[in-house]
Amino acid sequence: MRTLKNIFRLGRKELWSLARDPMMMILIFYVFTVSIYTAATSQPETMHNAAIAIVDEDGSPLSARITSAFYPPEFTRPKMITQRETDPGMDRGEFTFVLNIPPNFQRDVLASRNPEIQLNIDATRMSQAFTGNGYIQQVVMAEVNEFVRRYRTTETLPVDLALRVRFNPTLEKSWFGSIAEVINSVAMLSIILTGAALIREREHGTIEHLLVMPITPGEIMASKICAMGLVVLTATALSLQLVVRGLLQVPIEGSILLFLCGVVLCLFAMTSMGIYMATVARSMPQFGLLLMLTMMPMNLMSGGRTPRESMPQLVQDLMQIAPTTHFVELGQAILFRGAGIETVWKPFLALFIIGTLLFILSLRRFRKTITQLA
Amino acid sequence: MVDRLQAPVARLNEVSLRYKNTSALDTVSLDIPAACMVSLIGPDGVGKSSLLSLLAGARSIQTGTVEVLGGDMAQKRHRDRVCPNIAYMPQGLGKNLYPTLSVEENLQFFARLFGHDEHERRRRIDDLTRSTGLHSFLSRPAGKLSGGMKQKLGLCCALIHDPDFLLLDEPTTGVDPLARRQFWELIDRIRTERPAMSVVVATAYMDEAQRFDWLVAMDAGRILTTGTPAELLERTKSTSLEEAFIRLLPEDRKQGHEPVIIPPLAVDEDDIAIEARGLTIRFGDFTAVNNVSFRIRRGEIFGFLGSNGCGKTTTMKILTGLLPASEGRAWLFGHEVDPRDIDTRRRVGYMSQAFSLYNELTVKQNLVLHAQLFHVPEKEVGTRVTEMAERFGLTGVLDRLPAAIPLGMRQRLSLAVAMVHKPELLILDEPTSGVDPVARDTFWRLLIELSRRDKVTIFISTHFMNEAERCDRMSMMHAGQVLDSDTPSALVTKRGADTLEDAFIGYLLEAEGETPTAGKTTRPDRAQVLSTGTKAPPVTRRHFSLLRLFSYSWREALELRRDPVRATLALAGSLLLMFVMGFGITMDVEDLRYAVLDRDQTTLSHNYALNISGSRYFIEQPPLVDYEDLDQRMRRGRISLAIEIPPGFGRDVMRGKKVEIGAWVDGAMPQRAETVQGYVQGLHRHWLAVQARERLGASGVPAATIQDRYRYNPDVKSLVAMVPAVIPMLLLMLPAMLTALAVVREKELGSIINLYVTPVTRTEFLIGKQLPYVFLAMVNFFCMSLLAVTVFGVPVKGSFPTLTLATLLFCIISTGMGLLASTVTRSQIAAMFFAMIGTILPAVQLAGLLNPVSAMKGFSRLAGELYPATHMFIISRGVFSKALVFSDLHSALWPLAAAIPVILGTAVVLLRKQER
Repeated sequence: MRTLKNIFRLGRKELWSLARDPMMMILIFYVFTVSIYTAATSQPETMHNAAIAIVDEDGSPLSARITSAFYPPEFTRPKMITQRETDPGMDRGEFTFVLNIPPNFQRDVLASRNPEIQLNIDATRMSQAFTGNGYIQQVVMAEVNEFVRRYRTTETLPVDLALRVRFNPTLEKSWFGSIAEVINSVAMLSIILTGAALIREREHGTIEHLLVMPITPGEIMASKICAMGLVVLTATALSLQLVVRGLLQVPIEGSILLFLCGVVLCLFAMTSMGIYMATVARSMPQFGLLLMLTMMPMNLMSGGRTPRESMPQLVQDLMQIAPTTHFVELGQAILFRGAGIETVWKPFLALFIIGTLLFILSLRRFRKTITQLA
Repeated sequence: MVDRLQAPVARLNEVSLRYKNTSALDTVSLDIPAACMVSLIGPDGVGKSSLLSLLAGARSIQTGTVEVLGGDMAQKRHRDRVCPNIAYMPQGLGKNLYPTLSVEENLQFFARLFGHDEHERRRRIDDLTRSTGLHSFLSRPAGKLSGGMKQKLGLCCALIHDPDFLLLDEPTTGVDPLARRQFWELIDRIRTERPAMSVVVATAYMDEAQRFDWLVAMDAGRILTTGTPAELLERTKSTSLEEAFIRLLPEDRKQGHEPVIIPPLAVDEDDIAIEARGLTIRFGDFTAVNNVSFRIRRGEIFGFLGSNGCGKTTTMKILTGLLPASEGRAWLFGHEVDPRDIDTRRRVGYMSQAFSLYNELTVKQNLVLHAQLFHVPEKEVGTRVTEMAERFGLTGVLDRLPAAIPLGMRQRLSLAVAMVHKPELLILDEPTSGVDPVARDTFWRLLIELSRRDKVTIFISTHFMNEAERCDRMSMMHAGQVLDSDTPSALVTKRGADTLEDAFIGYLLEAEGETPTAGKTTRPDRAQVLSTGTKAPPVTRRHFSLLRLFSYSWREALELRRDPVRATLALAGSLLLMFVMGFGITMDVEDLRYAVLDRDQTTLSHNYALNISGSRYFIEQPPLVDYEDLDQRMRRGRISLAIEIPPGFGRDVMRGKKVEIGAWVDGAMPQRAETVQGYVQGLHRHWLAVQARERLGASGVPAATIQDRYRYNPDVKSLVAMVPAVIPMLLLMLPAMLTALAVVREKELGSIINLYVTPVTRTEFLIGKQLPYVFLAMVNFFCMSLLAVTVFGVPVKGSFPTLTLATLLFCIISTGMGLLASTVTRSQIAAMFFAMIGTILPAVQLAGLLNPVSAMKGFSRLAGELYPATHMFIISRGVFSKALVFSDLHSALWPLAAAIPVILGTAVVLLRKQER
């Protein structure tokens, strides 16, 4: 009872302190509004302004037709170049795609000689190379077939492919971008807020004060975790409701309540980690450096940005111990795919176990180092 | 003593200085006589330091004129000329020193800045350290010296260039009386050697001011009076300078001031509040507190007198349970001290050195919080807070923030907070440092009232002699040991001394005699006095000196080597992040899990399914049973693709009837889904073509074929594409951040002052700091290239020397950007943030990382063309993937080379050689 009261009072003090820290308030606001909005809207379309050049050695109506099929926003206006300019241009990275239409192309097409168009792709631009190739092939073939159809018919098998995309039918990148950013913000802010709260006490010398009071280190730590967790939880809920659903009009498949339960578990784990890191760092700048070395891997490798299955097996296994991996898994399942607890109980359990371990670990470290902090 | 006929060494005329809303100096006019010891006296925050920094040229003049050594300090020409003749030692123990550098390294650094050659440096360092007793500590890091030794080292660093004008800002604050006496003796000796040298000292110790030739009493940015100590005493009819100072204050400042009267103490000899027996605490091999024993009776005021770092605070922390003792035991009210004993804590109030209040909470909130945490009954909290506010005179400021109230009041608030739960024992750690004498006396009256009226036991530490004299009993501490404990008067009589200070010095000398390791000073005789002046330093001031530049490089490298976190980040950070980015940002979409819902189960449907399982991008999962199964597995993220072959598929195809194969793609990750769509369409087309050829023969041949050539990266591997981009990214971000930190750290720690007051120029300072980071960045580059070739299997196809040359230019640019970020920021966090945002954002969005710059328009295009990272990406990709050599790439090298002078020039222009 006394413990709960102490945690409540200390937690309230944390909230007062946070409310008077303009930098942190701006950070929280920024992260859960502007940052999510921009992450959602600035996700580049894969095919956007792809730099294309065409070497037209045919100069026929068909080649002109192909040339005019490429236009913004997917492509830049094709630059007409000569064969000789191909290599230097690609070497300098000016064009990602160079289409080479051979001499007598139209004549050969009409004569059913199956002529060959060459498509050079700068494969160092991974994001576009693959999708762009398919896209260009489709465009060119459509033009050629359309052209041919005026002269003769071709026969094909009557099998169609009905491609349906689930959960995000039009592949809106803003859906993915906004939710990935929410997940990322939860992880990042929970560490920063708790860590900074502890380091601030240390830099102001107030931790020493707390320790001579009739309260235990466990209560101090729990109060910080609860207070900062509450802030992030509230901000997440508001942000999902107002920014993601309201402003960005992203439909959320699953239960937000279930997701928020997952957030609570994730906060438990991440805030404990924040405390741990704050006991390792000796000052705010050191904490910042440490944050870089831990947040970047967690952010990039937990599956929130790129699919985990394409990472090396070792990385996949290692990242199982990071709370973010499981959080990303459950977050994506619930928010994108509308999964219920019966499908996502595994990441919930994993997150709970990791959280408990982290909490015990940091509590031990906190108890051990707290006297040196003062 | 004061020779009034000589021209003054410095002259201030109507000088005012403001920091934002506070006025530090208010129309001060003053002539400082030459060739004598002048002292500025007054408490903290009255403008002494501001005045000294103006005289040293470290701060720029706002209004009025300052003339030093016969010239106007507002003129850069004059400042540059006299700078080598002025020595300035800022406030704070060793503030302009570098704590991780040894004594020798610190001295070497300063000597190089003043252009001495190696032989001369050696001679001067040996001379100075021998005469100050530092010679045997040459290899000890400055951060591990005692306070007195730090100040001596600071003095040595200041004297290394034979200044004519020595400015010392509170050189003896927090230093024990013996070290203090030795320090002044040292200054006296130097002055007998060089009688023409003028010295200005700022001090908060009024008793110390007695020894100076001429005094300037200051308060609230104004000069109260000037004169010799004797004149001041006579004018105010006082016996001590402290008394004189209080009498000199304007009426409103000393309002309510009355002398502190201590009523006699009546305590029970056997009622012991605190007892300590043989307390010892060690940190590693350093013994902070050594076998300390004392007893404090209930209701008395017990004082701990000693210098900074002598173990006062540590002993107090043991008693509060903050630190466990290595040996020995202590009792509070008969209970042994136990950090887990929550109940005893409620009987103790503690006030630490740093006034640890919550600055974000109002005065009232601070009081309420502490009352609640100490479990004052909820109903009484309100009345208790009011009571405390009245008693400690805080009623008017209850809703203000602690930072907004005056220091003296803040100190009363700290006491109120420590008293809010009405403890029986108060432990106060240097509660009065930095507070003016009037506020100090008010504070002491409160303490005496608490002791005599409320019977609170008070355990207080101080380094002021006159405070120690007010205690009922006291202990003298030095180097972790209690020298003696008794009433102040008994201690004085015991040593047969005149004053408490003399008695303390007597004890210190005795202690040193017994423990020769505790910093024995070799006492130089007159003949051995500093003789640094035999060879004049090179007076001709060069505008650019490689010696000074390398001096900064050398020091920066040493410091970096001794800071584990920064060094790790500098060396291993980029490798770690390269791993993370190489594997983390992968565009490869492979090992996709898929399953088939085959409702036809004919040869043809099996053939279709086989067509997909043959692809290297897909991994087949057990077949789907029904739609329910499909839905579940897709929601769980087990499969990213499901293929449904409708019933009657084989039959309908044979009959030429239109059929449709269903494919469901998981759209949760749009980028992955797009690729999957592409794969599936490709596979479908391929299957159709094969089937057409088999069934329809020649008429199935398409009208044209597109032959795709993936150039530079034929397998379209993500790593091959990522690595050449990641290396420049990391070489941009990390060196920029580390360099930015390097400069801002000096700003935060205060050693930037060396840039202000030594002859080093801004260019030398910046480039000197930059060099080690460029070197480190190059080391990183080679490591990353090695990692790329070995671990990631990304070969370097083009000319590596060209890449190395470009990288060198690029590293100079990225560290230059860090310097630029550091010139506009004040805190390390801000510098990090700035450097990161300023490098990564444009690199990702403008420099053609994803789309070529040629595809951009308008401003983005222009910015992209100008941003150096654009060209570095071209070179890195060119050399790694495109097998290019120098002749292909020189057009991208020129812009890099051209960016260097622009960036460094801007940084030099923006950096200040004076503080504002």
